[in-house]
Amino acid sequence: MNREAMRAVIAEEISAIAPEADLSAIGEAEDLREALDLDSMDIFNLVVAVSKRLQFDIPDADAGHLVTLGGGAEYLERKLREAGEG
Amino acid sequence: MGTFTMPSLGADMEAGILVEWLKQPGEELSHGDIIAVVETDKGAIEVEVFEDGRLDRLLVEPGTKVPVGTPLAEIAGSGTQAQASPPPEPHVPADAPVETAPPAPPVSARPEAEPVSSIAPIFGAGERISPAARKLAYDKELDLNALQGTGPDGAIILADVQKAAGLAAGGANRTRPRNLAPMRRAIAAAMSRSKREIPHYYLCHSFDVSAAREWLDAFNGGKPPAERLVFSALTLKAVALAVSEFPEFNGFYGQNGFSASRSIHVGIAIALRGGGLAAPAIHNTDRLSLPELMLAMNDLVSRTRAGGFRSSEISDPTVTVSSLGERGVEALLPIIYPPQVAIIGFGSVVQRAWATGGAVQVRPVMCATLAADHRASDGHRGALLLRRIEELLSHPEGL
Amino acid sequence: MSEPAELSYREAVRSAIRNAMQDDPRVFLMGEDVGHYGGCYAVSKGLLDEFGPDRIRDTPLSESAFTGAGIGAAMGGMRPIVEIMTCNFSLLALDQIMNNAATLRHMSGGQVSVPLVIRMATGGGRQLGAQHSHSLEGWYAHIPGIRVLAPATVEDAGGMLAPALADPDPVLIFENALLYNDTARVDGLAKADIDHAAVRREGTDISLITYGGSLGKTLAAAELLEQVGISAEVLDLRVLRPLDEEAILGSVARTRRCVVVDEGWRSGSISAEVMARISESGFWNLDAPLARVCSEEVPIPYAKHLEDAALPNTDKIVQAVRKLLGR
Repeated sequence: MNREAMRAVIAEEISAIAPEADLSAIGEAEDLREALDLDSMDIFNLVVAVSKRLQFDIPDADAGHLVTLGGGAEYLERKLREAGEG
Repeated sequence: MGTFTMPSLGADMEAGILVEWLKQPGEELSHGDIIAVVETDKGAIEVEVFEDGRLDRLLVEPGTKVPVGTPLAEIAGSGTQAQASPPPEPHVPADAPVETAPPAPPVSARPEAEPVSSIAPIFGAGERISPAARKLAYDKELDLNALQGTGPDGAIILADVQKAAGLAAGGANRTRPRNLAPMRRAIAAAMSRSKREIPHYYLCHSFDVSAAREWLDAFNGGKPPAERLVFSALTLKAVALAVSEFPEFNGFYGQNGFSASRSIHVGIAIALRGGGLAAPAIHNTDRLSLPELMLAMNDLVSRTRAGGFRSSEISDPTVTVSSLGERGVEALLPIIYPPQVAIIGFGSVVQRAWATGGAVQVRPVMCATLAADHRASDGHRGALLLRRIEELLSHPEGL
Repeated sequence: MSEPAELSYREAVRSAIRNAMQDDPRVFLMGEDVGHYGGCYAVSKGLLDEFGPDRIRDTPLSESAFTGAGIGAAMGGMRPIVEIMTCNFSLLALDQIMNNAATLRHMSGGQVSVPLVIRMATGGGRQLGAQHSHSLEGWYAHIPGIRVLAPATVEDAGGMLAPALADPDPVLIFENALLYNDTARVDGLAKADIDHAAVRREGTDISLITYGGSLGKTLAAAELLEQVGISAEVLDLRVLRPLDEEAILGSVARTRRCVVVDEGWRSGSISAEVMARISESGFWNLDAPLARVCSEEVPIPYAKHLEDAALPNTDKIVQAVRKLLGR
């Protein structure tokens, strides 16, 4: 799956957590916690949901990547490609 | 024959709207079953029943607003007054309708053979509010109860709501409070009462939380995402354990003064995206393991944000915690939610130059604050409580 | 340019029949006393001389027989206009109308058309007794497969016949007998639309929804209401089946209140259907309960004071509106 698909996965899971969020206005590098008023419990749930969906356990230390759409998509694409190669 | 009454879902609740029956006459009930949805200023709340029996008769039609204590349904095979968990203060009004029905015959061995009326009598046909008025009030988040109806027989009609909303012909009145969401009103009422009645005192204590942070990183390290913890699970547990040693911070202040609660139900202040706040409780917080607590928190937060907390959760926190999280500021001075007597605030964890062991180091530091009711406790004990919380967080493996 | 001619409702219907017969040789009129007598309400007076007995046909006193004959003629390619003296008598033809005219297109899988027009008088107020004074158009509006028209104005009386004849399915036209002497200056007979209701008077405070013989009473009530500061919109349904739901809901969405005026009895009436549609689809727009003014639920009496008391009138409409608005 490519970067766009990863971005879509993150966006869908955020929409499930914060249904009222308007993701169209969010920049790639914008901090989702700031932009959408997400708290640590929301980010926790986002990491759980994305991990489950992609069947890839995002390590706790890497969870910070998911606080932006761009960073999260890039991270997931890279990690899944590495996993595929390995 | 027991009577299920409109529960008090908060100290300021006087009446509620029965929105929906989730059980029908003839159904068996057991302790903890959710039998109805009640609309209050805090939103729609699922109401539980705290006894076993069989739902015999519904007394109130959905959509009806009735005062706290009004009989809502009769429950066969239970001998007591049924209501949502014992409320912090007795709320059955003196003028509540008295049950005058003759004692029920012994419950038949084959309850299905008993004819059960599915038609509930209509109690209090309700206020006259036109559909258009209701809809506009809903859209504008106006409280219809605050309006004076000018339609036939005092009905609240569209013009009344338009006027209140500052809209249209009725003459806009800019000086009146506008657009007060019911929840905002509930917060306003509770916080005003708190500041009016409760002599608060405040204590602050900043401490190094590196032990808790390191323990948390290690705990989460090898775990799949769903089994990890967030930092606030630790602080919540620390508070629950600390107040178990300082009972004067855990309970309710009523007409007869303070009474400590034997159970510890820590309320967590949950900010709702887009505004608003609710502080439902996690029951028996002190007895939950951290993973259990994490699950309970997560469940409660998501249900609260979706508007689905239960009657017992909203009515009976014994002490409350308010955490600013990672995007907050250093400290908060919270306001006690009456009739509770204490609230503990946690600021954001910040990196600070910190003197430790004769040297200055950069450490993660958090400021814990206590707002407590001086009628129930004194500052010295409050200080000990905060120190105890620090100590518990310094040894997170014991949480 | 000359002044438009003053035309009565009766003359408008007659002109419409004459125009249709001139335009299309398949059109003919039949019914009791439509020929030599000139029609019970004198609608067809003079047409026998003009078109001859083949096209203006007096029938035996058997509604079932001549309505059935009309259905057969329509199936055979003719364009019959059947006149039934009053809607009370139409019950003798109900089997033909409901079981044959309304069903044949459906039961033949679309192979059979019944391009029939049935005109009949309806309504009370003329001291003709119960068996000549009822308003049964609401019953017919219950039946799928037919179109039910209720012309309330001279223009509609003259304009609805041609499109009704052009309709490939049966059309029932209910002419309130009290309207036959109404006059208006009409500039020729334009084809009227037979799909939509019409706002006869615009207003902002309440919608008065009516049709046929009650339109005049309702417009008069709206005038009186204006004097007490109530702005009433008057919607003429015109077509009772299929109902112009959009117009009904649109009007009530503007005014948020509604009184339905219907000369039929209230139970199971067209007024009940209009109110049900509003409840179904316009509920959240309402700012007052729905109300209606209908005939009292008695056989319409012969005695004048009792008949007057039994029928809707302007005063009853005004009272209903004022009660609803509380002023």
